[in-house]
Amino acid sequence: MTPTYYLLLSALLFTIGAVGVLVRRNAIVVFMCVELMLNAVNLSLVTFARINGELDGQIMAFFVMVVAAAEVVVGLAIIMSIFKTRRSASVDDANLLKY
Amino acid sequence: MFQATLGSQDVAQSAVNIPEIDWQAISPVVVVFVAACLSVLVEAFLPRERRWSVQVTLSLLTVVVAGLALGLYVNSDAVVGTGGITVAGQAVPLFSADYPALFLWGTLLALSFGALLLIADRSVDGGAFASPVPPAPGGDPVQYQAPGRQTEVFPLALFALGGMMVFLAANDLLTMFVALEVLSLPLYLMCGLARRRRLISQESAVKYFLLGAFSSAFFLYGLALLYGYAGSVRLVDIAAATAGTDRPETLLYAGFGLLVVGLLFKASIGPFHAWTPDVYQGAPTPVTAFMAACTKVAAFGAILRVLTLAFEASSWEWRGVLWAVAIVSMLIGAVLGLTQTDMKRMIAYSSIAHAGFLLVGAIAMTEDGLSGTMFYLLAYGFTTLAAFGIITLVRDGNGEATHLSQWAGLAKRSPLVAVTFAFLLLALAGIPMTSGFMGKLAVFSAAIADGMAPLVVVALLASAIAAFFYLRVIVLMYFSEPAQDGPTVSVPGAFTTAAITLGVVVTLLLGVLPAFALDWASVGGFVS
Repeated sequence: MTPTYYLLLSALLFTIGAVGVLVRRNAIVVFMCVELMLNAVNLSLVTFARINGELDGQIMAFFVMVVAAAEVVVGLAIIMSIFKTRRSASVDDANLLKY
Repeated sequence: MFQATLGSQDVAQSAVNIPEIDWQAISPVVVVFVAACLSVLVEAFLPRERRWSVQVTLSLLTVVVAGLALGLYVNSDAVVGTGGITVAGQAVPLFSADYPALFLWGTLLALSFGALLLIADRSVDGGAFASPVPPAPGGDPVQYQAPGRQTEVFPLALFALGGMMVFLAANDLLTMFVALEVLSLPLYLMCGLARRRRLISQESAVKYFLLGAFSSAFFLYGLALLYGYAGSVRLVDIAAATAGTDRPETLLYAGFGLLVVGLLFKASIGPFHAWTPDVYQGAPTPVTAFMAACTKVAAFGAILRVLTLAFEASSWEWRGVLWAVAIVSMLIGAVLGLTQTDMKRMIAYSSIAHAGFLLVGAIAMTEDGLSGTMFYLLAYGFTTLAAFGIITLVRDGNGEATHLSQWAGLAKRSPLVAVTFAFLLLALAGIPMTSGFMGKLAVFSAAIADGMAPLVVVALLASAIAAFFYLRVIVLMYFSEPAQDGPTVSVPGAFTTAAITLGVVVTLLLGVLPAFALDWASVGGFVS
């Protein structure tokens, strides 16, 4: 099984995540799509570490996980605060700022 | 399958290599992070009444002490410009306090001092910040917040500042990514803290957060592909890999493209600017000042470092793309700025145009390009800081009066504020005797010297278009009749006065006597 397949899978996951960010309307789902993109990157990092025969990429994946966890804390706090005032987490409803 | 496991002992022996840390060189960053942690403790343990004064003192003192530490290091007997955190046996530090980093650290500290003064001021209407606690059920969610003593913003600002300082000094992409998040996450939160107009403030926080997380995912995928290409995420290793020919170039181009998208987003350049007007308008104005001045410095510091250290050898392949990006950015900023009716949005589009001008200097890839871009960052930061400081002063019953029509005839009501704002707008437009002119001169002459004359022609055209909307505001302030129920100009408190004075004085000083700052900016380049 060549590592290339894992890279392709990672690219596919990243694309699904990116498309999800662009087409979904609920802020929580958009945010989950961003997390999917980050995890796709983790898969790439680990695969490249395997190809290069070293551990650097695997350690980087841990860094990414920690950063992603911090991002969840901040992101959910922001989404919660807008949900409390608007009673909606849809990114289409938040439209006071335009042009 | 077991190769990695078997080889791991060798890997472990070679990889665990305790780095040498030049503590004096990185002392400004250490001071800022230690103070940020202290600030969190103050928030947790001090009674509410005493927090505000302690937090203000602590954060302003931090910036001063970090500045002093920087000054002491630069003037010390040590060999300046090569310090940082170095792994034994490697020439280039992992975390480099080289001359560009030192200059930009100084710039960041000075700008954040001004921004913290604006954040700390609450003489006008009790300050701009509210507790993030939502209003009680039945209360008006849009307006009502008791004028509490909001202090969470100070630790957030210090962490953001620390992240910015690391971001522009990191010599490997992973440190850069972590620093990018350390600077972004507090900024997302700070955007949502406004006391008045909470809905648009929260909306700006959500937009900034979702788009920011999206772009950092791009940065990260770029990092992963470049790791696959070069086998390392250190900038010098990537540069060494681009010199060879046996590696798959697809990985290089895709990785570079994704990485640069992440960086351009942070610097609010060109087609990646969509968040800028909304966030600048929705965020509390002192936070907007902090973002506009400091984030730009950090992001361009990182762009300069990445382009120079990692991708100089492959510059002929990507330069055309960044030409196009710079042109798009300048034109979007200048043309869409014409159509704006909100003061903060107008300055936001102006910042997009300025980001394009800065990119022109950044892709020159010469010593003059580097020093010119850094000088421009210094000049632009202070001008925009003072401009947002003025915007906090013009108010009506609903808070800040940011609609352009409300500024009509301001000169008749408050000549001093009008003349100061007019001066700052002229500086943004790049009129001689202001820092904006010297900055543009430095950047454009470096670009022409590097054979980018067509780009400079476009840049001058964009400056001319942008000058129109700056001048329109001046005409509006001086030659229109003030409306009957127009806004009042608040008497600024000591902090805001100090911040605006600082910005105006630096803008004037750099316009009249630019030589000393240009000399500092051109002392030396990146260590490679």
